[in-house]
Amino acid sequence: MIINHPLLGPRDAAEFVYLGDAALIERPDWQARDAAEAFYEYGYLRDNPAGKHAELWYHEQGDRSWLVVTRDTTTHEITSVEMARDVARAKGRSK
Amino acid sequence: MSQINRISGGQIDRAQEVKFTFNGKWMRGHPGDTLASALLANGQRLVGRSFKYHRPRGIFTAGSEEPNALVELRKGAHQEPNTRATVTELFDGLHANSQNHRGSLEHDLMAVTDFLSPFLSAGFYYKTFMWPRAFWEKLYEPIIRKSAGLGRLSMQEDPDIYDKGYLHCDLLVIGAGPAGLMAALAAGRSGARVILADEDFTLGGRLNSETLEVGGMPGARWAKEALVELAAMGNVRLMARTTVYGAYDHGVYGALERCTDHLATSGGKPRQILWRVTSKRAVLAAGATERPIAFGNNDRPGVMLAGSVRSYANRYGVTPGQQVAVFTNNDDGWRTAADLVAKGVHVPAIIDVRDAPAVCDVPGARHIRNAGVVDTVGRKGLKSVTLTDGQMIPVDCLAVSGGWNPNVHLTCHQRGRPTWRDDISAFVPGRDLPPGMAVAGAANGAMTLAAALAEGRAVANAQIEALGFKPGKADLPRAEDEPRDCVPYWHVRESTKRGWLDLQNDVTVKDVKQSHREGFRSVEHLKRYTTLGMATDQGKTANIPALAIMAECTGKTIPETGTTIFRPPYTPVPIGALGGRSRGRDFRPYRLTPSHVWAKNNGATFVEVGNWLRAQWFARPGEKGWRDSVDREVLATRKSVGICDVTTLGKIDVQGRDAAAFLNKVYANGFAKLAVGRVRYGLMLREDGIAYDDGTTARMSENHFVMTTTTANAVLVFRRLEFARQCLWPDMDVHLISTTDGWAQFAVAGPNARNLLRKVVDAAHDISNEAFPFMACGEVTVCNGTPARLFRISFSGELAYEVAVPARYGNAMMDVLMQAGQEFDATPYGTEALGVMRIEKGHAAGNELNGQTTAHNLGMGRMVSQTKECIGNVLSQRPEMLREDAVKLVGFRPVDRDRGLIAGSHFITKGDAASMDNDQGWMSSVAYSPSLGHSVGLGFIKNGDTRMGEIVRAVSPVHGTEMEVEIVSAHFIDPAGERPRA
Amino acid sequence: MRYSALKILREGLTGNKGWKPVWREPDPKPDYDIVIIGGGGHGLATAYYLAREFGMRNIAVLEKGWIGSGNIGRNTTIIRSNYMLPGNEPFYEMSLKLWEGLEQDFNYNAMVSQRSILNLFHTDAQRDAFVRRANAMFLAGADAELATTEQLRAELPFLDYENARFPIKGGLFQRRGGTVRHDAVAWGYARGADERGVDIIQNCEVTGFDIENAKCRGVQTSRGAIRARKVAVCVAGSSGRVMALAGMRLPIESHVLQAFVTEGLKPVLPGVITFGAGHFYVSQSDKGGLVFGGDIDGYNSYAQRGNLPVVEDVAEGGMAIMPMIGRARLLRSWGGIMDMSMDGSPFIDKTDIDGLYFNGGWCYGGFKATPASGLCYAHLLARDTPHPVARQMRLDRFKRGNLIDEKGQGNQPNLH
Repeated sequence: MIINHPLLGPRDAAEFVYLGDAALIERPDWQARDAAEAFYEYGYLRDNPAGKHAELWYHEQGDRSWLVVTRDTTTHEITSVEMARDVARAKGRSK
Repeated sequence: MSQINRISGGQIDRAQEVKFTFNGKWMRGHPGDTLASALLANGQRLVGRSFKYHRPRGIFTAGSEEPNALVELRKGAHQEPNTRATVTELFDGLHANSQNHRGSLEHDLMAVTDFLSPFLSAGFYYKTFMWPRAFWEKLYEPIIRKSAGLGRLSMQEDPDIYDKGYLHCDLLVIGAGPAGLMAALAAGRSGARVILADEDFTLGGRLNSETLEVGGMPGARWAKEALVELAAMGNVRLMARTTVYGAYDHGVYGALERCTDHLATSGGKPRQILWRVTSKRAVLAAGATERPIAFGNNDRPGVMLAGSVRSYANRYGVTPGQQVAVFTNNDDGWRTAADLVAKGVHVPAIIDVRDAPAVCDVPGARHIRNAGVVDTVGRKGLKSVTLTDGQMIPVDCLAVSGGWNPNVHLTCHQRGRPTWRDDISAFVPGRDLPPGMAVAGAANGAMTLAAALAEGRAVANAQIEALGFKPGKADLPRAEDEPRDCVPYWHVRESTKRGWLDLQNDVTVKDVKQSHREGFRSVEHLKRYTTLGMATDQGKTANIPALAIMAECTGKTIPETGTTIFRPPYTPVPIGALGGRSRGRDFRPYRLTPSHVWAKNNGATFVEVGNWLRAQWFARPGEKGWRDSVDREVLATRKSVGICDVTTLGKIDVQGRDAAAFLNKVYANGFAKLAVGRVRYGLMLREDGIAYDDGTTARMSENHFVMTTTTANAVLVFRRLEFARQCLWPDMDVHLISTTDGWAQFAVAGPNARNLLRKVVDAAHDISNEAFPFMACGEVTVCNGTPARLFRISFSGELAYEVAVPARYGNAMMDVLMQAGQEFDATPYGTEALGVMRIEKGHAAGNELNGQTTAHNLGMGRMVSQTKECIGNVLSQRPEMLREDAVKLVGFRPVDRDRGLIAGSHFITKGDAASMDNDQGWMSSVAYSPSLGHSVGLGFIKNGDTRMGEIVRAVSPVHGTEMEVEIVSAHFIDPAGERPRA
Repeated sequence: MRYSALKILREGLTGNKGWKPVWREPDPKPDYDIVIIGGGGHGLATAYYLAREFGMRNIAVLEKGWIGSGNIGRNTTIIRSNYMLPGNEPFYEMSLKLWEGLEQDFNYNAMVSQRSILNLFHTDAQRDAFVRRANAMFLAGADAELATTEQLRAELPFLDYENARFPIKGGLFQRRGGTVRHDAVAWGYARGADERGVDIIQNCEVTGFDIENAKCRGVQTSRGAIRARKVAVCVAGSSGRVMALAGMRLPIESHVLQAFVTEGLKPVLPGVITFGAGHFYVSQSDKGGLVFGGDIDGYNSYAQRGNLPVVEDVAEGGMAIMPMIGRARLLRSWGGIMDMSMDGSPFIDKTDIDGLYFNGGWCYGGFKATPASGLCYAHLLARDTPHPVARQMRLDRFKRGNLIDEKGQGNQPNLH
């Protein structure tokens, strides 16, 4: 597979390490009343779609960026690649 | 043997002669021959035996689809089993042996299976060999195994080398026949970067095997001229002997180039190169493969595909027989007859299943219409054929044509499905092609020459236009569309004898019918039940006729019946080529510590630690075994001072205004308030609350920390920290860089550690116990101004420091430390002594931090803060992870002090039976403690912290041993922790 | 129809025309006691044991394609019970014992071949972990055997002992491990279930569940609605897709695992050899092909195909451990969808929806589990209590913190 890195252009997927669903960015609030349940769901339950899947890849043999790659799990077609940091900020994550 | 079947013409170099052996018999051929064409020239008809029934077999095709003519090529360690004679270029001194027979090829003892064939029909083995029960393992299966398989491996290491390479192009053209050449010309002239790859050693595809004209000249000559033009283009790469074997995601193709297989020896050069081709677009012009017609005993040596017979005659100047009849359901078969006759070969008959007039005039040949072949005679070589009307025709070769199948394989590698075209009775590429791929020529169903040329150009132009290139000028050469009428006709129904479909695996028409009868009706069931298409040729000639027969049985159409999915590789690829250079010691790279040279010069034995090589111990003369060395190193360190290269521990530089807050989030224990100049032990959890890694982190300045990780997790921790930094807390001002390789780091441990370091650390730096206490850190200089970092931390439990210098000084630093330590009898120690000392001290390491244990298990539960946000603290509080009877890390010593503990033993409470229900835990690490004079161990046992002094059984049934052990504190040495503070 | 040597003889002499379909092709009935979704190995085994062990007959197995088209038809055919944890080992050992009696049990020769499985180790720490595992196997009644390098040299002289990047320090044998003819397992269970009245319905895709008031009353399929008292999902790689129809998210990701086979060769490998450090395992089939594999590709996928880096990585492992296979040719590769769970261990459990049961999360280890999975799932379906050896294989174990993590990799499925 080829991942079109937003900064570095097309790179072979073998340069990357895969983590999983980009929902892992959305780490729950540790102080919420339902934190135990929320962390269980965050840690263990997955949509696992057959189709478009936003997922985290890490450019380990490269610039060490974490990327959010939107890829179809039935065809492997990649429709977008974003910097994970930008995605995280857009989701309201900060410090 | 003389070349009795050699005829005129062909692309062989008759001026030169090449000698080779087949089954030990010397024969001759010419450069340009394949092994198959040379065998045919020499009149060698019997070349192999089939898989199941050991039927005598000859050469069936002239290409990579060959099911029969498989040989063991070359000798000794170079022996290659299952090598297709039809694609093996002849070279001087070639040795080939037939395979899969017991006794000689001519008198194969295993041929008895053919007579038992009524009882060995499809799936017979699932229904028998079950009685008596014990006989399967002891008798039946060993017999089956012994008789299975085709060729033999040499059992020796592959002596050749293989390379890997990467290529990039705008357009990859797969196949250099008429469509591929025309596509490459069109794209090449436009300036696009083109790769043209073909599995054959002579490019041109079927133009080399035909008498058809292109551009007013013989097709083969037109191909040569086109190749000359292409070779002259700087933007075109021609790759002969290169099979594009797989279509992978995003335009990546796998290709295998055979570099020296056509030579007697590889001469030290890579035998083959595995290319990964990244293409923007591709044109598949892989041509078509002829298919046979099934009829009684259609597997005799001498029964061949008609197009292949034509290829042998036209390209190789060989006729497979002196009396060659043609059996066809289409016009194309007639051209074989015409070409043979033109070369003076006698064609007694053309048997056409159609009731149609002659396609062309073939002098001397009888045209037998509306007829078929029902049987053949000639066990080891065809003697005659019998027709539906009963007449027998003496022949020594029968050229069969059942029509042509487009080579759609690569279009299916991404699970595309081909579609059926009635007009050519064949599957053509479907709509869901691999992205970027287009198909041209016969592979796309354009079965005639002019159409293939036109389509090659049109498809290539469309592809490069989509990439923004302006199509170059590429006039179509003049060519004809040869007659290609073809009727669907798959097997001769009048035949009562077995008619073969899969020649190699011995699957017959009857097997397909039986498969249907037993309910194995989907194509995949058919394949799996009968083994159809599972042989080395992957059913290239067999699958479609078998599918047609299944369709007949079910009363459905062929497309309704289905098609099998083609999977990579297109033709088999040696494992050696896929492995490339990554084998032996080069399997994975080595990482060497900065003091590697010093260690090597000082008697170190090395051990693999991940990719690192570390000194395991330093043997001295007179020591009888590793234990002598390790015991000495431990005792010397504890008595005076020892030095160990600990560079392999991961080092991560953490900087930024939020560095402290960041560390506070990634460690389970608090880091926010760590003072500058101090070091703290940190425990890192995974998000699931399991202990992940530990190490020390030093605060060098307000916004600068140096973290250490375990050797094993250095890369993983860094990855996780980057995740936390970029994805979880993206606005934190914190920056990470791995400095594992940047700094050489040495542990200096033992009561004399400070005395030694005082001689090395420049005097300006006060390292007294008061000024630089336990868990202090700082930037210092050593050896008159060399920058260094000093950490007062201890893994051994002794007064200890770790001193780090830029890696380039590492080897020298080891020298300096040893020289300075001479007066203290400083001793270098390796990973074994390191391990012994950490067990004596009760420190958890890899065997304890194995990804299954919690802080609670490790006795560090209270370190996990619940008053701050940090990774893992929420899920670490799940009820079953905090069970009171959870296993706890404690120490163990043998009740009989002379016995050695065994890591991996399980604990059983005294009086209980040794069973999984009574399993109390396990011993994780053991060592002989030279300090205590007996074996010590660390382990996890239920409620361990409340069971001090209890005697339990440590059982190791795999060793057949057990012993009583006492539960003790894990801190065998200096339990009060006074030494490191001294 | 009972298979016997005599039957084969008689059929052989009469043109093999008397063989009957191995299973019927019934149309679905409007309702069943139990509907099993998934005609793979586990689903068919479940039906078989429900009928055989628990006397239940009014059962349908629904298969969207052809039976055995999932992972039972695309795996590396290995059976073993060399697990370590109490949540797993007794289950897999029971499975191995069931394999040992399987041919007699269902009168179908699936060619169970206990030719041994070997795991190589290369460091002292790996050895310690293998000793721990071996002893756990013993405690559960399984067999295990440690081999020294010298023993291995004598038994497997073709491994690379001299020039290896990671020298072989020894190995752990399970002699009772081995291989099975994978497709035949599906066919044998199908035949056995069919004989006992189970309806095996191919080309019948489930498109929805009929759930009212948190109770599952049946399924919608491409061949119409089917009512059932209990619905048992058993679809491995498709678990996420199917359970989504019931509105459930799972602790599972679907990943692709590639496997490979070479051209047929005369016997060279006596048993299964696993080179964990090099991500490579291999055995030789009765037909002579070297059947091998390695790691999963590592990204979520339902595409049933993989990519080149893993192909090459696996071959590198092979060449590193047994360089004699360099001239053997890779003939065919394929990819299966693995239902990778969050701790690498499976689930056989009820769900929160009454009447809806789930079996999945087998990762790439489902084949060897087929008999025990079928028996334990049948037990759960028939009795509504877990089978003793499967009692930890619960869906709520992550909430409770009771992990069954053999590899210690945590909640990242692609690392298991």
